[in-house]
Amino acid sequence: MSTTQAAIEPLPTSPRRRGGWRAVRERESLTGLVFVAPFIVGFILFSAIPMVASLVLSLTDFDPREPDEIHFIGLANYQQMLTDPVLHESLGVTLRFALLVVPLTLAAALGVAMLVNSKLLAGRNVFRTLFYMPMQIPLVASTIVWIGVLHATTGWLNYGLEAVGLPGPNWLQSTFWVGPALGLMGLWGIGNMMLIFLAGLQSVPTELYDAAKVDGAGSWASFRHVTLPMISPVLFYNLIIALIAAFQYFTQAFVVSNGRGDPDRATLFFNLNLYREAFGFFHMGYASALAWLLFVIVLGLTVVLFKTAGSWVFAGGERCPRWPGRSAGRGPPRVRSATTCGDSVRSPR
Amino acid sequence: MTLVAATIVSAFLMPLAYMVATAFKDPSQLTAVDAPLYPAAPEVFVYQGKELKVYDVPTPDGTIHAWALLQPHREDAIFIDPANPGAGEITWIGRPRTLAQHWAFSLKVDNFTAAWETIDFPRLFLNTFGIAGLSTVGAVLSGICVAYGFSRFRFPGRNGLFILMLATIILPFQVTLIPSYALYLALGWVGTWWPLIIPHFFANAYNVFLLRQYFLTIPRELDEAAMIDGAGPFRILRSVIVPQAVPAIIAVTLFHFFWAWNEYFLPLIYLQGKPDLQPLAVGLARFNALYSQQPTLIQAAAIMAMLLPVVLFFLAQRAFMRGVVFGGVEK
Repeated sequence: MSTTQAAIEPLPTSPRRRGGWRAVRERESLTGLVFVAPFIVGFILFSAIPMVASLVLSLTDFDPREPDEIHFIGLANYQQMLTDPVLHESLGVTLRFALLVVPLTLAAALGVAMLVNSKLLAGRNVFRTLFYMPMQIPLVASTIVWIGVLHATTGWLNYGLEAVGLPGPNWLQSTFWVGPALGLMGLWGIGNMMLIFLAGLQSVPTELYDAAKVDGAGSWASFRHVTLPMISPVLFYNLIIALIAAFQYFTQAFVVSNGRGDPDRATLFFNLNLYREAFGFFHMGYASALAWLLFVIVLGLTVVLFKTAGSWVFAGGERCPRWPGRSAGRGPPRVRSATTCGDSVRSPR
Repeated sequence: MTLVAATIVSAFLMPLAYMVATAFKDPSQLTAVDAPLYPAAPEVFVYQGKELKVYDVPTPDGTIHAWALLQPHREDAIFIDPANPGAGEITWIGRPRTLAQHWAFSLKVDNFTAAWETIDFPRLFLNTFGIAGLSTVGAVLSGICVAYGFSRFRFPGRNGLFILMLATIILPFQVTLIPSYALYLALGWVGTWWPLIIPHFFANAYNVFLLRQYFLTIPRELDEAAMIDGAGPFRILRSVIVPQAVPAIIAVTLFHFFWAWNEYFLPLIYLQGKPDLQPLAVGLARFNALYSQQPTLIQAAAIMAMLLPVVLFFLAQRAFMRGVVFGGVEK
């Protein structure tokens, strides 16, 4: 992550004098460490030790029902991954879904952000709130609502399709249509992305649009050559968050298929498979290995995206703006370059 | 433009309309062929002590009347006009079997009471409040402490620690899941709320980051003034920093509370087989699996589950949506 800059950036100097006063500084260090202690202890207890333990467990056949029967089996779990057809299927499901849902939600979020940013729109705040709102519905509840809407015979989506003369598919029971169905559901999760795009759009200087107009650019040309490059940092940020979220996809798939991955494993996402291995079959050694595979994939994707970012993310060489805080007034604060500014990240969790 | 946006937002929120309409319907309406989309019941008209079904009857002049069927025959029928029963019998030429029933708007609240009792909503609500509330207290308190430490004190390794904390954001929770589960199992905590609450007392990177960024904007002169008055670091945090950072603290509280309200995976694995302790999300999914053949019941349950978060969101939406942008994009 480029989070480094956030921290390397010069830290505010202490009000106390720098030289001399050794005792005072030692006390300051100590006080600081005491306040930070919850993080340090929590990191050791809930991140560092479990990470090491999970790596060790991935080399065993640990089963929580028989914790004393644990055996060291070397890389056997990793070898099993190579030939596990269910795992391969779950990777395929996850990958195909990511390829569908990431562009879909990005495009929808950008489109809606541009819509609710339009000067011609009356009641823009109302629309912003309404487009954001579905994100606040508990995921299990919203999934249940969508299950009803997507029902083949009593769902309103198929009523609508029938009304315009299209045959409505059996969304959730068809191995082909269940992916698009989950994609549609994903549209209810565009809220955060939309707000972040909106902040990006509002930071584009209007002079650039004026200049483009003078040069004879139409609306598409000014979108393509002004808007897109100027918001590429937030686009990049949203892309990473969406990709990570796609690989973490679980709740919707679980509720739609009651945890089975139906129909015919078409909703057996990577995480659902991991859940079943760990808590259905109690193959916890193998599940630990799967967790590390997920970590490597997510880390790999992030690194690859950051490597390619230079060629398309326009950061303009600006220094990061400082946090505007309360002086920013109302409305979303201005954004300049999210990626160079340590995008850390409230992911849509 | 506004019209276009209104159309899009209506399509976007259509599932909510479906949910409300379905929740208020009688289950029989779902399978009835000629039923309207809104909650309704077939109308009946009591005429001379008999219950007559009301039909939509087209007449040659092109209008459609809601008439009560008194006497059906093969090729004609006798109707009564419920609006004007005194006018007597009306003979209509046509096949009564081809007529559609007349539906009148009617709300059924039985679904809500049935769902409320079947799923034991009061208990699920209490559990959800308990888990979300306690973990929010932990997340906010520890977040404030750690953010204060990172923003106001110099100590060796501070930058390194801060980077380490941010790096935990991309660590998938699955990596630490199984050893944690094994540990809680050994402690006897599986099947209790502890695994869902205790870890939140040890600061979360998102919350610390947002709070630290906000704390940095609070002028240090305020700290110094308090220090000259003899306040210690804890006192400064309590009476200078926290009152100044109320908006950020509210945002973090809301985020965490909603997140905990929503959380499904961890309660699912730690409270499996303990329906008395499960939060709403887990209970609702279980309910959905059991009653998937009764959409009216399930949609009523969904409404009850989402009502509080949605109302809270509308009340606090400004603080909330600003927080998303602060935490997500702002430096």
